[in-house]
Amino acid sequence: MNTNSNSYTIIYAAIMVVIVAFLLAFVSSSLKETQYKNVEQDTKKQILSAINVTDVKDAEAEFAKYEVKDMLMQADGTLAPYTDAFQVSYKGEIAEKRFHVFECKVDGATKYILPIYGAGLWGPIWGYVALNDDKDTVYGVYFSHAGETPGLGAEIATPKFQAQFAGKKVTENGAIGLTVAKNGKVTKPEYEVDGISGGTITSQGVDAMLKDCLKEYNPFLSNK
Amino acid sequence: MSLFSKKNQEVLLTPLGLNNPVTVQVLGICSALAVTAQLEPAIVMGLSVTIITAFANLVISLLRNTVPNRIRIIVQLVVVATFVTIVSEVLKAFAYDVSVQLSVYIGLIITNCILMGRLEAFAMMNGPWESFLDGIGNGLGYAKILIIVAFFRELLGSGSLFGFKIIPDAVYEMGYLNNGLMLMPPMALIICACVIWYQRAKHKELQESSN
Amino acid sequence: MEYLSLFVKSIFVDNMIFAYFLGMCSYLAVSKNVKTAVGLGAAVTFVLIVTVPVNYLLENYVLKANALVEGVDLSFLSLILFIAVIAAIVQLVEMIVERFSPSLYAALGIFLPLIAVNCAIMGASLFMQQRAFVNIGEAATYALGSGIGWLLAIVGLAAIREKMAYSDVPAPLKGLGITFIIVGLMAMAFMCFSGLKI
Repeated sequence: MNTNSNSYTIIYAAIMVVIVAFLLAFVSSSLKETQYKNVEQDTKKQILSAINVTDVKDAEAEFAKYEVKDMLMQADGTLAPYTDAFQVSYKGEIAEKRFHVFECKVDGATKYILPIYGAGLWGPIWGYVALNDDKDTVYGVYFSHAGETPGLGAEIATPKFQAQFAGKKVTENGAIGLTVAKNGKVTKPEYEVDGISGGTITSQGVDAMLKDCLKEYNPFLSNK
Repeated sequence: MSLFSKKNQEVLLTPLGLNNPVTVQVLGICSALAVTAQLEPAIVMGLSVTIITAFANLVISLLRNTVPNRIRIIVQLVVVATFVTIVSEVLKAFAYDVSVQLSVYIGLIITNCILMGRLEAFAMMNGPWESFLDGIGNGLGYAKILIIVAFFRELLGSGSLFGFKIIPDAVYEMGYLNNGLMLMPPMALIICACVIWYQRAKHKELQESSN
Repeated sequence: MEYLSLFVKSIFVDNMIFAYFLGMCSYLAVSKNVKTAVGLGAAVTFVLIVTVPVNYLLENYVLKANALVEGVDLSFLSLILFIAVIAAIVQLVEMIVERFSPSLYAALGIFLPLIAVNCAIMGASLFMQQRAFVNIGEAATYALGSGIGWLLAIVGLAAIREKMAYSDVPAPLKGLGITFIIVGLMAMAFMCFSGLKI
């Protein structure tokens, strides 16, 4: 068998392609479910982080413990249960005007967790904002990103940055007042938090994300 | 030839020291620097590269007499890419958090010069068992450097190892601060330079004659 | 302005070499001489400008979930397809360089086909996939910026190394060791671009 002839080369290549395609398809499909469960667990953990529940081993159990209910905001601002499959990413949901609100109970008090999505310096940023019963005071937040610079923009994912949001007010005279101000330039402490020094663009991204997304939740927020 | 003959032992052990893929052969630098901010991803990366290099070496060695010369490089690339895809999918299924931390660097194992270098230099010309050992040796040599660099970066940059706090609070209270720069790219290069410095001071035959 | 900002960011803030260490192997080996460094940098940039948009199209029209056929997610094939596209295009570039600039072809030697396994090329495609650019224009701008950033880094290093030939470096550090330290210091300098806003 001449290993350098054209026909041999082509047949060899073809067989290789078929074997590889089958092997990879097999591996991918058998692992898909496990992978999906991981992503689902991860998203649930992120949502729980917004209500300061960290170190979660079993997200499903914690969801049950805090009675977390996946709801959808209706046109009139009320909430109706969401019954389809749990979404792992809210970019698409927000884009298609399906606004989820996770209603839960922490120590007997009702909290609402709102998913938000935006753009940082390098890629997408997203987060979950937990509000108190009054739908105006922040209970906690969680932010994450896909590729911000470590030590700078990536600081939005640190507890230190996120802790600043607790207790801040959301709406100011009907508009969204919750703001990420330039580092060291907070003028209205009731509504503003300090941005990240050196991570200006990412901080501005968080600010825009808060304003743009929370604005969409207005019917729910103003429905007292 | 016995499984662990003298020659095979040499094949397995020299990459751990005198023929280290990173510090001597100058291969696989990219990921050696990028994933070493913490110990855990560094170890996962080192293990992944070891497994992939070993099995890719094995497969190519088994196929070496059948591969048409014209598509040799492409066949090597496809074999490597297949193993990398499999490892990537397995990590996503069973070690999700680490796979997110390693992100694109898993995919970049395909272009890790160590793999292509060993396939061309060794697997194409040697038997399966020797090639497998060569893959393990080089993979472990690579992992060794990753672990050393990650050890210093995580300890000095975050005061922890594997996520567990090592430096006691008392030290922090005395005024010690974590060296944030250790977590950033430049220090990875400089620590690697120190490792090279140490190795070459010990083994004069590795020293270069010019800059 | 979006494009200009992305372009400048890709060159300085997210420099392929200094922030992500991609393309180090050929970078370290070819940076002894400014002329060959420029040649390699230009070749890398060219390959990037062609491969990233092509892989962008592949990603968005074939690989993504529901891209090709509703309900089918082919993203597990990304690694293999990306590297195949890259290998094919590098083959093409090799033939072009050999035809139009035989001296450059001879000077680059083995490093031209090695561009196919240059982590910077594959890395750019993988980052493009991760960052989900909005359109092919953004992908192309990112590719051009990354290439120029890599070119800047390699030419800078080559220039410094040419001058270093006259320096008295301790024997164990000669060659690879001092090069790492130089690159580390250059990386530190590039960190100052991180707050850049256009």
